[in-house]
Amino acid sequence: MSENLYNKVWEAHAVRRLANGQTQLLIGTHLIHEVTSPQAFSMLRELGVPVRYPGRTFATVDHIVPTDESEEPYSDKLADEMIKALRVNCDEFGITFFDLKSGKQGIVHIIGPELGITQPATTIACGDSHTSTHGAFGAIAFGIGTTEVRDLLATQTIAMDKHKVRRINVDGELSPGVYAKDVILHIIRVLGVKGGLGYAYEYGGEVFDRFTMDERMTVCNMTIEGGARCGYINPDDTTFRYLKGRPYSPKGPAWEEAVENWRSIASDPGCAYDDVVNIRAEDIAPTVTWGINPGQALFIDENIPDPENCPEEQRASIEEALAHMKLEPGSPIRGTHVDVAFIGSCTNARLSDFKEVAQYLEGRRVADNVKAIAVPGSQGVGVLAEELGIAQVFRDAGFEWRNAGCSMCLAMNPDKLVGDQLCASSSNRNFKGRQGSPTGRTVLMSPLMVAAAAVTGEISDAREVFDLQITAGA
Amino acid sequence: MPLEKVTRVAGKGVYVPGDDIDTDRIIPARYLRCITFEGLGEFLFYDERKHEDGTDKSHPLNDSRHRDAVIFLSGENFGCGSSREHAPQSIYRWGIRAVIAESFGEIFFGNSTKLGMPCLTASAGEINKLAAEIKKNPELQIEIDIISAVVSYGDYTFQAGFPDGVRHSLVEGRWDPLAELLEGAKEVKQVAASLSYFNT
Repeated sequence: MSENLYNKVWEAHAVRRLANGQTQLLIGTHLIHEVTSPQAFSMLRELGVPVRYPGRTFATVDHIVPTDESEEPYSDKLADEMIKALRVNCDEFGITFFDLKSGKQGIVHIIGPELGITQPATTIACGDSHTSTHGAFGAIAFGIGTTEVRDLLATQTIAMDKHKVRRINVDGELSPGVYAKDVILHIIRVLGVKGGLGYAYEYGGEVFDRFTMDERMTVCNMTIEGGARCGYINPDDTTFRYLKGRPYSPKGPAWEEAVENWRSIASDPGCAYDDVVNIRAEDIAPTVTWGINPGQALFIDENIPDPENCPEEQRASIEEALAHMKLEPGSPIRGTHVDVAFIGSCTNARLSDFKEVAQYLEGRRVADNVKAIAVPGSQGVGVLAEELGIAQVFRDAGFEWRNAGCSMCLAMNPDKLVGDQLCASSSNRNFKGRQGSPTGRTVLMSPLMVAAAAVTGEISDAREVFDLQITAGA
Repeated sequence: MPLEKVTRVAGKGVYVPGDDIDTDRIIPARYLRCITFEGLGEFLFYDERKHEDGTDKSHPLNDSRHRDAVIFLSGENFGCGSSREHAPQSIYRWGIRAVIAESFGEIFFGNSTKLGMPCLTASAGEINKLAAEIKKNPELQIEIDIISAVVSYGDYTFQAGFPDGVRHSLVEGRWDPLAELLEGAKEVKQVAASLSYFNT
């Protein structure tokens, strides 16, 4: 019988049916960080329950890490305290911790794949909604709460309901200057921020077949912004090439065996889905957000919506978004003044993101009065970017090149917007106050579009700023 | 430890209008800089409730008539965004014991259930009607029968949406799944043994 990947992986990990009808699901790989785990460890201590399979949990610090200081103790005492708490917890319970001095620290969703911990045909959970990133490898990966982190530590399982599966095909060819980020922003715009409630998203089609693993991760990362808790892409040769030789990847005969298993769990031709959506790559142009959720997006050449011309049920939320963003209804988004430019986050802080930008940024300068920061997703990315001269290109252009962490994506460390600053950001959420100032404003876009905004001081079309050939699109 | 059987939530209501209210808004990330959930109640909707100088904004939760509300009403996709359990924890620690909205972010929904705080769905029409009654009479007593998922106030009742599994967990006092998950240890071991990646 032909079956989709989600159902196959689910069946392989389903332990038993619980009294309330939910499934006790085995989670093969558990990732933890400093923000959502300390309470879970405290609960274990209170209950006197050990960590059942400590070898299947991996830890790092990312959210709270200052990116402009490299030595502990940090001037941020709370950051110190949270990092120390994780160190103590990992030590006490025997969990592998990619600590600040390990050379492997970074955003949890960047180091998992980098180290080969993220593998196809697995279940992966983390107390972090962007765990959907790991679905790029053909894993069922999703975010959980802290009580579930406790459950997972204690039993290696959680109580879970099965999702429906929606296949999203993107066929055709993307135009120059249109990136994976634009693809996912477009998908969310089309299906809405709640369109994915109750679904897992399976991404496929020609565009995904051609995408690199980094591009696939960018798309899967933002699945949760479309309301779907997990999103995945079937594993293929691109996946296997990426994983081969990574520290935690299977070695020797186990590698061949693993690849065979990974191939077999991909969705079978002709398998059933609960829903199918088809999107043409040619219809996608560089996309930016104008509002306070990632679905409030438009192509760079479009005008900001005017509530007067919108259906009545949308009017209140559009007005609320425009009031927060201080944008003029009906006017172009391009030309909007930018105060801060941020390239980083689990969405777009991999080596390829910086490499792509660097080739256009060379010889250009960040505009006066724009604060531009580039934050690599991991220490590994940082080291490679230095070796390849990429970090220097950013510095020469006027970017601050920082140490690895989540940084200004959610501003739990000192990297914050001030007042109502507007930030062109390669991150994943433009929620009110997300970047650390309650009145701060976030405009989401691809890394190259952030670079274009940094150079011009306003929201701009990267294709024009960097002289890319525009072949199609809006 | 036996858990409370959540069969009924009754008391005053408070309506915070809006769709897609995300967990960053429910509790801003800077209040996640902590290693316990204690004291999070006071930071609920902090930036929506407070000016930057700490003085109050006009907000339903700042209205003293709603201060002891136990039933929270909102719009579509409530609790979307991050997985932070700090969000339902802050709502619960504020004193809320049930949420009624048009729909919920999935992780938020699960996190709330595991705290013993039911999240029920209702149409925009029912929510607006109840919100209008609360506006007229903030003392309005609302009752949610968790067993039947029927909401009643005054002479009026309506059927809310509530998945059977979640209802079962709350009504039976099994909303914290840990004890049951621990009972499955033997089966877990068998499934784990069948997965080669698990054993490397």
